Amino acid sequence: MATTQTQEAGLATARPPRRRAHRLSKGDRLILALMAGVPAVVVIGLVWLPAAATVFLSFTSWDGFGPISEAKNVGLKNYHDVVTIYPPFKPALEHNLIWLAVTFLVPTVFGMFLAVLLDRELRGSRIYQSALFLPVVLSLALTGFIWQLIYSRDQGLLNAVLGLHGANAIDWYGDSSINLWAVLVAASWRHTGYIMLLYLAGLKGVDPSLREAAAVDGASQTRTFFQVVFPVMRPINIIVLVVTVIESLRAFDLVWVINKGRNGLELISALVVSNIVGEGQRIGFGSALASIMLVISLVFIVIYLSAVLREDKP
Amino acid sequence: MTASTSAPTRPREGGIAPSTAGYRRGRRGLLYGFLVATSLVWLFPILWAVFNSFRDYSYTSEHGYVSFGGFTVDNYLNAWRRGDFGQHFWNSVIITVPAVVVTLVLAACVAFVVARFNFKINIAMLMMFTAANLLPQQALLVPLFKLYNYIQVPFWFSDSGTLYNSYWAVIITHIAFQTGFCTFVLSNYMKTLPTELTEAALVDGAGVLRQFLQVILPLCRPPLAALATLEVTWVYNDFFWAVAFMSQGDKYPVTSSLQNLRGEFFTDYNLLSAGSVMAALPTLIVFFVLQKQFVSGLTLGATKG
Repeated sequence: MATTQTQEAGLATARPPRRRAHRLSKGDRLILALMAGVPAVVVIGLVWLPAAATVFLSFTSWDGFGPISEAKNVGLKNYHDVVTIYPPFKPALEHNLIWLAVTFLVPTVFGMFLAVLLDRELRGSRIYQSALFLPVVLSLALTGFIWQLIYSRDQGLLNAVLGLHGANAIDWYGDSSINLWAVLVAASWRHTGYIMLLYLAGLKGVDPSLREAAAVDGASQTRTFFQVVFPVMRPINIIVLVVTVIESLRAFDLVWVINKGRNGLELISALVVSNIVGEGQRIGFGSALASIMLVISLVFIVIYLSAVLREDKP
Repeated sequence: MTASTSAPTRPREGGIAPSTAGYRRGRRGLLYGFLVATSLVWLFPILWAVFNSFRDYSYTSEHGYVSFGGFTVDNYLNAWRRGDFGQHFWNSVIITVPAVVVTLVLAACVAFVVARFNFKINIAMLMMFTAANLLPQQALLVPLFKLYNYIQVPFWFSDSGTLYNSYWAVIITHIAFQTGFCTFVLSNYMKTLPTELTEAALVDGAGVLRQFLQVILPLCRPPLAALATLEVTWVYNDFFWAVAFMSQGDKYPVTSSLQNLRGEFFTDYNLLSAGSVMAALPTLIVFFVLQKQFVSGLTLGATKG
């Protein structure tokens, strides 16, 4: 797997000697092997091998029904088809990128801003934090439903407030020119609180003497934040980066409950599922789409792992 | 650090000059106003759902949703009955409880080995587990789907005769997927426990199993409580695996069954609100009762200790 790239870097981070392995008895060694081995078998068997199998299937023309030995190697044909003759791919890729850009620009920035505001002595700080974080405990599927009460064409709040009736009424979830933005509002509503919590934790970890030093130097609060506080929160920044990228790539539930990811709400994850379930099963083709997702996410997973394991140095 | 000293010095907290006090008070007021307004905007969609879930459909269709009145609890009774919430809540319990318990047990075992011993393979193990949790679910769908269809099991084990369309498929997939995150959090925590603890146990002649069960695990209660809260919420909130691996709608947990709710009640948004509020209830309980654990679970994964 791609993790091998970070392996050397990770192994180089020497930890202080804890306990010599050779002092362990045979029985203890067996117990430790089982304690690590059983979970490893579960995770390798149900996560890593299936992921590898998906990559393998993406090079075949398997229909999903016959024995797997009948799967013909077609090389990169599925990938070629995805890019050239599959109309929903381009919009899906665009939507994923828009999703990513909006998630970064709106909830991530706003969540960080709120964390900065709340990270000080304020009356009722906990209450504001709770209100902003409440959507985080709700599922994405439920988020889709709750916002439907606002977005519905005939019974939604938004059209009622805007005074749009009959022919003028806007179908916020159904109109393919705006539904992506409507969904992104709902997704951002949920993501902001999560980012705020992560940055609140990060800000608590910042050494107060850094800020005092900057204040003595006469730096403004804004300047102190961007030039002193933000850089030392590097671990949190990386986690926020990875969480945002991975969540944008995995976005699925919200569009699937609305219209199964069609008509303006195409996302790569939804295309994978539509090709695999649904009418004509196109396993190889769907696997090619899934492999594209896999490769993108692995790039960011490697960034994440190398960052957190570097932090591992005590 | 990089700040230039030529900038005018601002008064620090505590030493406020009288002329700037009013200005500061104004800024405080602005800050509170902004926070109150933002909080209300954030709460609004949920309050709106709760508000309409208590209103009669005929009242809202006559007076419009932007009105006041027509209060009733009938929506809850109807949604409960028509959405078969009793069954779906029970399905959620059947899936969530074993998935979370086994995930925590497996993760605690791996974390103990990775955090308390110096095997060469440890870092590779930790990476393998942590990365597994970050993969896109859709990338595992086909192989797991085929695998679960392929594995034959006795009918007393699963009424479908295969792992597919059984709770087992959903439970073991959750376990495999969530163990990575919990391992990461628990191993970070276990690394912070002093080495002397297990050294002392070793001198007393305790084997690794006793060190694990009697020394390390009892000290891990805070992260275990945090992870349990977080994982219950996540597994309960999962929509995808149940839809992917179960063909019978009556086996769906609450979150996945919401889709049927809309199909049936497409026009009755008050009923839909009531269903949504009921589905949200377990997570709202987590929010109100176990908020501290939930937040510390999220941030334990992000920061050390």
